[in-house]
Amino acid sequence: MNAFPDSVQAEPLLRPGHTGASITERITSNVLVRRTPRSLWVAFAVAFVLVMLLFYAVGYLLLKGVGIWGIRIPVAWGFAIVNFVWWIGIGHAGTLISAILLLLVQPWRNSINRFAEAMTLFAVGCAGLFPLLHLGRPWVFYWILPLPETMTLWPQFRSPLVWDVFAVATYFTISFIFWYVGLIPDLAAMRDRASRRWVQIAYGVLAMGWTGSARHWHRYETAYLLLAGLATPLVVSVHSVVSFDFAVSMLPGWHTTIFPPYFVAGAIYSGFAMVLSLVIPVRKVYGLEDFITTRHLDNMAKVMLATGLIVAYGYAMETFIAWYGGNGFELSMMRLRMFGPYGNAYWLLILCNILIPQLLWLRYFRQKPLALFCVSIVINVGMWLERYVIIVTSLARDFLPSSWAMYYPTFWDIATLAGTVGLFIALMFVFIRLMPMISMFELKLLLPWARGGGRATEDAE
Amino acid sequence: MKAPPIYGLMAEFDSPADVVAAAGRASAAGYTLLDAYSPFPVEGLDSALRVRHTRLPLLVLIGGIIGCAGGFFMQYYAAVIAYPLNVGGRPLDSWPSFIPITFELTVLCAGLTAVIGMLALNGLPRPYHPVFNVPSFERATLDGFFLCIEAADPLFGDRETREFLETLRPKGVHVVPH
Repeated sequence: MNAFPDSVQAEPLLRPGHTGASITERITSNVLVRRTPRSLWVAFAVAFVLVMLLFYAVGYLLLKGVGIWGIRIPVAWGFAIVNFVWWIGIGHAGTLISAILLLLVQPWRNSINRFAEAMTLFAVGCAGLFPLLHLGRPWVFYWILPLPETMTLWPQFRSPLVWDVFAVATYFTISFIFWYVGLIPDLAAMRDRASRRWVQIAYGVLAMGWTGSARHWHRYETAYLLLAGLATPLVVSVHSVVSFDFAVSMLPGWHTTIFPPYFVAGAIYSGFAMVLSLVIPVRKVYGLEDFITTRHLDNMAKVMLATGLIVAYGYAMETFIAWYGGNGFELSMMRLRMFGPYGNAYWLLILCNILIPQLLWLRYFRQKPLALFCVSIVINVGMWLERYVIIVTSLARDFLPSSWAMYYPTFWDIATLAGTVGLFIALMFVFIRLMPMISMFELKLLLPWARGGGRATEDAE
Repeated sequence: MKAPPIYGLMAEFDSPADVVAAAGRASAAGYTLLDAYSPFPVEGLDSALRVRHTRLPLLVLIGGIIGCAGGFFMQYYAAVIAYPLNVGGRPLDSWPSFIPITFELTVLCAGLTAVIGMLALNGLPRPYHPVFNVPSFERATLDGFFLCIEAADPLFGDRETREFLETLRPKGVHVVPH
């Protein structure tokens, strides 16, 4: 948050011509003045229908129990856990953008961090829903919390499933406070720009009386940096703990030490894909090309390419170790994963996650929004398939052929997945409609004027 | 001592560099009860105002240690004292498997301390502040920079302070009523 060094890349981070005032006017007017674009209403309607579908699916689940899903022994972890891992992975890009890129002094994060943090929050919310529903009796979820007074019974702290509860709850809390702390100065700006009394009061309450005092900024920057420093190891730990759910077990195909790093890389990979899938249309609809430039798209595409290669390395090592480790169960597991009944899913995942993303080596696919959007959608699908393949193939084909069985998702599995996608999109729309979707005070730091050079009217680049 | 009739005098500036220079000169002139307001954190403004470094990092460290120790001993207490479970003859104090939750609770407590500590030390939430009485102060979240010298400052004098602020070449000098 200090002065940033001048960038080496040629593209500007901020379209020239902006001033401190024009940035705030442009971003606050999206919420306070501008009418919601019609295309957004249409998309919101679609998302809303999916939210209704989610309520229907969850309501029916509470009535009937998890038997309505396709989970059967031996595949007791079906869509619910696939979706959980997928959603929580998506969240990771938001923390990477807001915390890790802040510590690495990457000024380009300033125009996408708010958006990505909101995405994290909603993705983690969607993720948390699945283990809860998968419990079978969600209303006694508090049995996994350490509440000794009422329970006289403690959770099993040696179990990765209990670690998960702590990791996800901490992740959600820290993501929320990080997002909210980042919002405080911008909520104050919203308060000062709002014209209607009740709108002023609403933003004023949320801004908590922020004045922009230098003494306050001093503590604010300290707190923000400390939070970033805390969130960085946290984000690595969360998907590591998620991978422990698998790696700590004894099941062939799960019991590997490469899982934590390769899950974290995969999480960031899928998260950037989701950021791009959201940012590209929103940028177009709201005309935010001034703030989210081609350079942002290019940078995000490069991060995606790099993490995608780490994921490819993970797949290669997994296969190599299955052979090199000399364990017959591992080897036959890998053979069944590639050429068994789920072979199609495996090769589709290789296509989506490894082969198609290689297009990102070409500048065209990194910089043309539509092309990049298509690649990011493919990666989202690919990362979902990755979790499907890992979970379902290992469970469906364990040690004893007599216990092998196929897994078939039901309508309710698909309805719940589609429903959370709708919930996620609907929450993003509510966020865009009510909150400044780009961090204004951090964007102003990109102006040469903010770094002590020139006047407010001077161009940005 | 009776309360001064106004909160203070406020000078308005157009650029971060101007307010940093003005804050430095006001501090050098001996004013101590003063503050500057800006739409984003301005580099050098806190040192120009002689703001002492905040105690927040120490609080966060303490919060982290509490989370770490509390998290570990909660698990130790549960697994060894309150609810011992023999899992295949393994030791009850299986500390390596307590590390993930200990880590998560360290981060959780430290993070909450950072935010609550920052707000508490800043005196937020605070719905009313006299500086909001200045009409042009709404630019403090847009592109305005303000330096306010409080009337409670020992060196403060209505005329002297106004004359001093005028020498800093501000865009304007405003009276801040209570």
